[in-house]
Amino acid sequence: MPSIPLAIDTRGIERVYKAKPRPITALAGVDLRVEPGEFFGLLGPNGAGKTTLIKILTTLLLPTAGTAHVFGFDVERETKRIRRIMNIVSGGEQSGYGLLLVREQLWMFSQFYGLGAREGWRRVDELIEAVGLQDQRLQKVSSLSTGQRQKMNMARGLLNDPWILFLDEPTLGLDVSAARAVRTLIREWKGAVVGRTVLLTSHYMAEVEELCDRLAIVDRGRIVAIGTPADLKRRIQRDSIFRLELDRLDGGASSLSGLPGVLKAVTASDGSSTSGGARQRTAVKLVLADDNALGPVVTALGQRGSQIVSLEKSEPTLEEVFVQLVGRSFADDSEDGGSDTDGRGSSSGTDGAMADPSAPPPPTAATERMTEDAPLAATGLPER
Amino acid sequence: MSLYVRRGAGSPTDAARWSRRRDVMTNLRSVIGRAYPRVIGSTREPSWVLFEVLLPFLTTSAFVFVYRALDAPTEYVGFVVLGGAMSAFWLNVMWLMAAQLWWEKDNGNLELYFTAPIDLMSILFGMAVGGLLATCFRAVVVLSIGTALYGVTFSVEQWGLLLVVFFLTLSSLYGLGMVLASLFLLWGREAWHLTQLMQEPVYFVSGLNFPVGRLGFVGALAISTIPLAVGLDALRQLAFAGGVASFGTPSPEVEALVLVAMTAIFLFAARFFLRTIERLARREGRLTARGQ
Repeated sequence: MPSIPLAIDTRGIERVYKAKPRPITALAGVDLRVEPGEFFGLLGPNGAGKTTLIKILTTLLLPTAGTAHVFGFDVERETKRIRRIMNIVSGGEQSGYGLLLVREQLWMFSQFYGLGAREGWRRVDELIEAVGLQDQRLQKVSSLSTGQRQKMNMARGLLNDPWILFLDEPTLGLDVSAARAVRTLIREWKGAVVGRTVLLTSHYMAEVEELCDRLAIVDRGRIVAIGTPADLKRRIQRDSIFRLELDRLDGGASSLSGLPGVLKAVTASDGSSTSGGARQRTAVKLVLADDNALGPVVTALGQRGSQIVSLEKSEPTLEEVFVQLVGRSFADDSEDGGSDTDGRGSSSGTDGAMADPSAPPPPTAATERMTEDAPLAATGLPER
Repeated sequence: MSLYVRRGAGSPTDAARWSRRRDVMTNLRSVIGRAYPRVIGSTREPSWVLFEVLLPFLTTSAFVFVYRALDAPTEYVGFVVLGGAMSAFWLNVMWLMAAQLWWEKDNGNLELYFTAPIDLMSILFGMAVGGLLATCFRAVVVLSIGTALYGVTFSVEQWGLLLVVFFLTLSSLYGLGMVLASLFLLWGREAWHLTQLMQEPVYFVSGLNFPVGRLGFVGALAISTIPLAVGLDALRQLAFAGGVASFGTPSPEVEALVLVAMTAIFLFAARFFLRTIERLARREGRLTARGQ
């Protein structure tokens, strides 16, 4: 049986937009390979080149240089074949016609993928149920809320049961519950059939981390890192960091420093606390050579009569990975004004161009931060 | 969830291989799919009765009263009513067809049309068919009201040719609409201004309210370039056969041939422009750039 080609295979993809006063380089040599069945994320700030890459892969745009294949089909020459097996959903998408009912709008799009008239209606009804729009099925598209509209867009994207689904900031502008619903839908659809591939672009790090098997961090038209979320985190955190909360610790945190495999032991910033004035607890941060060093620490604590109240492993967030690798945060890009889309005023969930190959490289020194202060930890996802 | 499972081919490679028949059927279905909102739109937005029937009918009525005041031959009233009915198609082509792709680009539909496995010509055909069906109804309303109100008497000797000329007029007219839709996509935001700019001159040289032959050389030139002019002239010759008014233009048979040629040329040109524009747009990134 012949093997299935890579879902996405790009080699040296470049994209330069003509613009004044000088051309804008949106992609500056992107090599990317995505396996069939992968849930792959492109993470980067506005203007990183994510949407430009998606446009090339969905046959809307030609690369200036390099080659790109989707399931073995060339994006330049075999556009129709690619279009038969893929679909795209963008955040903030306003497609369709406001005077149509939800059901009619989806049926109209089903016709563009060759579903028979009856089969189209049946498929539309199935998807309406799947995305939870039963109550809105006979409502005019123009009267849908943003979240409902995006659910409808998701249903549209699944009409042709694509082998590869491109999602360009699919939760852009959605509230927490609508975004969660969209993520759940994507995950369930992807998981229902082996081989379905998803390429997701987002600048919501937690969203990428939650959904993606692997991801690439894109910045200024280049992929700066690629791997699983865990891989990328490990890349910036070679040591194992644990936070222990103890009922007592005779001799203080420094007394643990001499144990084998313990590189550093300090009282955590929230150090000691009293509960009802009765009992004092101590929080300790341990930096270990590896996870195996934890065993002897626990044993030693037991021997000293310290009881562990809680134990938590601290991991860096993807945001910290980004900061470490790129040298600045997403917020910095926003403050800079970022780059608007592909330099042409596109308005919906797009990015695309900002990299100037002649620009100086970003600073490499990253801020060392204590990982338990991760800003996303408390709220889960940074949705708007 | 079983709802999501609907897999025909066993691999993406197989799924991407379509038979010729499937390809053609998908394009035909796309025509129907795109025509659907046009037809449905007529029932959902009744304001068209005011804007596309009653208001244009006032202009038609004004010409009727002028001709009556001048004691013009009675068929001139019929010319005007027929012109009023046909103007509905011209309005449809100019305001909905020509600028449509440009609007579609602005609301994101164009991107989805391009990423669907269909020829963009199918979308244009769908727009044309939908617009044509919806406008036929409007034209019939104008014609009926005008005929009843002003006592128009038709004298048709060649019904078959009349129907052929009518459909050829529409096919060439919407063929021109498809060409304009392609070009407007290329011209971007200027399309809207261009539509406004072209409307009145084309109205004039099309002879919507008078026999175009009265324009002499300019009329002949219009006939050779504007499908509405040649179609309307042929329809008038056929609908008011044996009248006293002289047309001074080629016979309906010749004009029918001109319409056939126009249809072929416009369809070919539309296809050519669309392909060129798609290539250009993909190369220059214009396909999805909005607000241009």
